[in-house]
Amino acid sequence: MHAITLESQYGVPTVAIHTDRFEKAVRMTAYARGMPRQRQVFVPQPVMGKSPRELRAYVDGTDPITGRPVMEEVVEALTAPLGEEDRKKVSFERSTPRFAEPDTEENLHRLFLENQWTDRLPIVLPTEERVAQMLAATSHKPDEVVGRMRPTSTREAWEYTVEKVAVNAVMAGARPEYFPAILALAASQATARGSTTSSMAAMVVVNGPIRHEIGMNWGTGAMGPYNHANATIGRAYGLLSQNLQGGSVPGQTYLGSQGNNYAYNSITFAENEERSPWEPFHVQHGFKPGDSVVSIFTGCRSTAFTLGLRERYWREHVVNLLRGMDPHCPPTFVLDPITARQFVDRGGFDAKEKLIQWVYEHATLPAGQYWDYQLIQNYVYPRALNGVEPYATKLKAADDELIPMFRRDEIHVVVVGGETNGYWRIMGCNYQKSVSVDEWR
Amino acid sequence: MSEKKIVAMNPVGYPPTITQLGMAPRLDSLIGKTVYLVDCRFDDSDVFLRQMQAWFQEHMPGVSAVFVQKSGVYTEDDPRLFEEIKASGGAAVIGVGH
Repeated sequence: MHAITLESQYGVPTVAIHTDRFEKAVRMTAYARGMPRQRQVFVPQPVMGKSPRELRAYVDGTDPITGRPVMEEVVEALTAPLGEEDRKKVSFERSTPRFAEPDTEENLHRLFLENQWTDRLPIVLPTEERVAQMLAATSHKPDEVVGRMRPTSTREAWEYTVEKVAVNAVMAGARPEYFPAILALAASQATARGSTTSSMAAMVVVNGPIRHEIGMNWGTGAMGPYNHANATIGRAYGLLSQNLQGGSVPGQTYLGSQGNNYAYNSITFAENEERSPWEPFHVQHGFKPGDSVVSIFTGCRSTAFTLGLRERYWREHVVNLLRGMDPHCPPTFVLDPITARQFVDRGGFDAKEKLIQWVYEHATLPAGQYWDYQLIQNYVYPRALNGVEPYATKLKAADDELIPMFRRDEIHVVVVGGETNGYWRIMGCNYQKSVSVDEWR
Repeated sequence: MSEKKIVAMNPVGYPPTITQLGMAPRLDSLIGKTVYLVDCRFDDSDVFLRQMQAWFQEHMPGVSAVFVQKSGVYTEDDPRLFEEIKASGGAAVIGVGH
């Protein structure tokens, strides 16, 4: 990305060095950003954690893609004259047809699978009739643009309409009455299929009357495969993300090293507002209790859990869970109502904000350990150097001084569960935004 | 399954128009020029680029290979550094992207 900027905006001959596992991804990115012949040289994966001696061997070695000496390619990339193809500036349109070619049901299922338009589970074929039924559940016109989405900030954003969202909703097996909630998720423009190597998934919390209207589950098994609305709204969010952003293909537009089973339905559930001792999540974020809202979290990878809050050492137990999180992935407490009430009883937290404040104050690390986390080095340390707060102040701490692991505004609390027991968990994730479902009815 | 042909709708979004960008003219030679080795701040890229700097010093001593770290996280541009590289009349190696 920066190499293209240096070439095109600053006139600087540049070569980008990548690791070989990213060949397809970086060539696709260079093409889409308008420099298909950008000079690239590849070295073996990984660079991370290798010693200077091992990395010197990469420099002295060969490009694993071309087999040519790395430094010969670097020098050539900066000095070999450009050809006509390198210099030309042209524009060209790309388009997506409205329909697939007519075929038998069996062949169409195969086509959708081969084109990587599914999550590899069987889908409902989006016939024009089924899509029309889905579209009838919103007042919005089929050709209205809903938004733009991309798998990561360095990729190009693709555009989509109400009709395109409906096609994906049908594929997921969603019923038309779920469609306003699915449109709200699409309108968030936050992808549930990020291309990140970290294998993140999304999480969706639904609040307000829509929960009752479409029969969502906020009780026993709400985060599992036991409710049609929870299951298919979440699946639709994943399918629409991968298809409307232009793909989620391993090695090209998906690079999650391990993958993530949460991604099958983006952990979609309703908050148990009725049994929670606190105000609902959407009310915390500026909506009225009677509004129907979807709230989106991304970056879901890590989960910590325990049972209840013991009288003697509950504080230490919670801190132990928090210390197990990566400090770049802040905590959302996902509490069964039993445990939510225990937090009220044990800690006096009669509002979510009081629990959040306690977590902020007690989730701490020695500064030296905090700054040594790889993700903190990648994403936070450069910002601290640029004076961005609160990171710049944290950077002044001595190595053994305890500093907050998370920002207060990154910590969240949601109540869900059927009170069969007081099990609860902490999800490491980033709250993105809340979107009105009512505006998409 | 039935052999009857049916019509299904395409689920893919609409891609943006691509406008091809021109590349910068190449240098006749790197000798006497400054080559900026730009650390994009990703997963020990600095260690790798310092080894590349050592290679230039050993094999092409006439090249001034300068190691620099880009400001901000790896996704952010660094206009001040990019202007400096442009003003030098040299070239850039940026990495390590993955």
